[in-house]
Amino acid sequence: MEVNYENGLNLKATELRLGLPGSDEPERQTTPRPNKRTSSEISSSGLTDDGNDDHQASAPPAKAQVVGWPPIRSYRKNCIQAKKNEVEGGTGRYVKVSVDGAAYLRKIDLHVYGSYPELLEALEKMFKLTIGAYSEREGYNGSEYAPTYEDKDGDWMLVGDVPWEMFISSCKRLRIMKGSEARGLGCI
Amino acid sequence: MSEDDERQQSPPSDLEFVSNKARNCNATGSGSGHPEFQSAYPDQVLENVLENVLHFLTSKRDRNAASLVCKSWYRVEALTRSELFIGNCYAVSPARATARFTRVRALQLKGKPRFADFNLMPPDWGAHFNPWALAMAKAYPWLEKVHLKRMTVTDDDLATLAELLLGFKELVLVCCDGFGTSGLAIFVNKCRQLKVLDLIESEVSDDETDWISCFPEGESQLESLIFDCVECHINFEALERLVANSPSLKKLRLNRYVSIGQLYRLMIRAPQLTHLGTGSFSPSEIAGQGDQEPDYVNAFAACKSLVCLSGFREIIPDYLPAIYPVCANLTSLNFSYANITAEQLKPIISKCHKLQVFWVLDSICDEGLQAVAATCKELRELRVFPVDPREDGDGPVSEVGLQAISEGCRKLQSILYFCQRMTNAAVIAMSKNCPDLVVFRLCIMGRHRADPVTGEPMDDGFGAIVMNCKKLTRLAVSGLLTDKAFDYIGQHGKLVRTLSVAFAGDSDMGLKYVLEGCPQLQKLEIRDSPFGDAALRSGLHHYYNMRFLWMSSCRLTPNGCQEIARAMPRLVVEVIRSADEEEMDDAVEILYMYRSLEGPRTDLPKFVTIL
Repeated sequence: MEVNYENGLNLKATELRLGLPGSDEPERQTTPRPNKRTSSEISSSGLTDDGNDDHQASAPPAKAQVVGWPPIRSYRKNCIQAKKNEVEGGTGRYVKVSVDGAAYLRKIDLHVYGSYPELLEALEKMFKLTIGAYSEREGYNGSEYAPTYEDKDGDWMLVGDVPWEMFISSCKRLRIMKGSEARGLGCI
Repeated sequence: MSEDDERQQSPPSDLEFVSNKARNCNATGSGSGHPEFQSAYPDQVLENVLENVLHFLTSKRDRNAASLVCKSWYRVEALTRSELFIGNCYAVSPARATARFTRVRALQLKGKPRFADFNLMPPDWGAHFNPWALAMAKAYPWLEKVHLKRMTVTDDDLATLAELLLGFKELVLVCCDGFGTSGLAIFVNKCRQLKVLDLIESEVSDDETDWISCFPEGESQLESLIFDCVECHINFEALERLVANSPSLKKLRLNRYVSIGQLYRLMIRAPQLTHLGTGSFSPSEIAGQGDQEPDYVNAFAACKSLVCLSGFREIIPDYLPAIYPVCANLTSLNFSYANITAEQLKPIISKCHKLQVFWVLDSICDEGLQAVAATCKELRELRVFPVDPREDGDGPVSEVGLQAISEGCRKLQSILYFCQRMTNAAVIAMSKNCPDLVVFRLCIMGRHRADPVTGEPMDDGFGAIVMNCKKLTRLAVSGLLTDKAFDYIGQHGKLVRTLSVAFAGDSDMGLKYVLEGCPQLQKLEIRDSPFGDAALRSGLHHYYNMRFLWMSSCRLTPNGCQEIARAMPRLVVEVIRSADEEEMDDAVEILYMYRSLEGPRTDLPKFVTIL
């Protein structure tokens, strides 16, 4: 909120506000916004039915937000908030990556990549394998490997079906399956 | 067809009934005529005439008035009312409603108070559709339309509607909850004549049921399918088939799980659409290198009847030019989920000469609003929502935008404007420039915020609105307000029916001014304002004329509320606590009171006490 010093008047000082005189304006704590969120807040997409607590969980702790103010429905708050979270990046999003047949797992930061092709290319380089092209109908049919991921519901999903932002927020770990097994998935 | 059969089979045709009546001379329609009424009943002809005439009466206010003329008119009006509107589901019981109105084809019900949307009271307060669903199924087997707002609807209720109401055509659920995709699956599968399924801002739980594929195979009569609030994946192939089989489909609003590529496929199958919700309006990320992007512009150009556009849930602004071909015809555009800048808006809005309804995010800033004002001369309704809905957030729109709109959009009738700063001058300007305003809702997000230029409260601005906007029926106030603002409202807001107040006023006088001054007041919702028992008492003469009064975090005591309850037996006075409080303490957290013919409801949760 701007302070109007135009006429030499410090209107802020005479402004009627809640709060004791002389105390810091309660609104003015300058906490940088998204970076303070914990990863659990990042991973929940914020679009679940539990709209009641959501707007408080994802709002920065700058000021105790009054319940139900401003009067925006939870659904709308969650939609816009989720978009903001995704747009502004936030802290790293490390997930484990396993490959069938590999001796040990790796970890990658999903936030480093901006899209599926980037991610898949990085995985191909990291594990020295070919994943091939995705198609909506057939998944990764025809390629040696297929990337899958565990989402927040615990289900194993094929990488590529959902919009990228949604994938980042719901992916808990990655597993690159061998072609033969993967073909079953691709036919869904 | 005899009168006995009418109820069970097809909807009674009005002319049929009249001729039956002429034979049986029975005005109540409750079975075959009694012998004693067979002889010429002198007023029978008049009643027949009355019945025919009353069929043309559609406005519910007119009907209510007509029913008060005399017993005969009451009876006939009850018989001819086919659309039943109940603004508070607890004001009357299903039994009473179905007993009086025997030939209803369309039911509209409203449940929870609006402030429940903002988490001001615990969930599970009530407003269950279930008793109504059961009553309707028995009393109105020919019921065609149900329209619910803020009610809790279960999967079982949906099943009841679908299974027991043959020929059910239209279901509209606004801000409802309690059901999921499995309920939808049963509903769409059993309703073979379904024309309209509109789920608007409702909470639908994801039971992982593929409800879209449960629509019956073959040609469908579907005219409207709105599911943009459904937060789960849908089976796109099934949806595509459904759209292809629905030649009458005019309204389609997709959820954000539909990509722009999928949107394209649907649009080319349904160029007859008039209302389109575009879903995510972004591609599913895997666009292969060699793939051609579909010709989105062409798809929009083919939709020559498109007048209402919404969606854009996860918009990639690069795709916006696709909608250029339809802009000139648009009367309604909803960008309220699209985080776009003024620069991105301008090429679109400059083409929207016919636009009447515009919903948008404040990301377009005052500059974007100026662009709207420059082109949209026919604008009737504007809603500006905040990207950052916090008290101390950024304020990209201000009095500058409001002023611009008031100067450019003189026909404005309804405005909802969220901002961080506003001046009296801009509000006064709007009151003078837009005399047709019926709805004025200004939300200055910082509580108790004064005019930043003058340092004054916002009294004069809102005063000007009630003084100059002679048609105003709905008002929401905000910012720093003294009792003076309410004095203005009481003096000049003679047509105001709905008033929303938050963090405003100095003393009981504020509320008194309103309760004593506004004869048309029906819905009053107040939070966090210093109004107490004395103020409450000043409305005793008026509460029976109101649909409800909501007061939360004010200065009410249990005794004060008890006094009202004693004085007004037909008023249900609910005191609502937070979910974990066992008993009422000295301060009343939430008072919600409403007139009712039924007395205290029987489905009270633990946190509600009725005085």
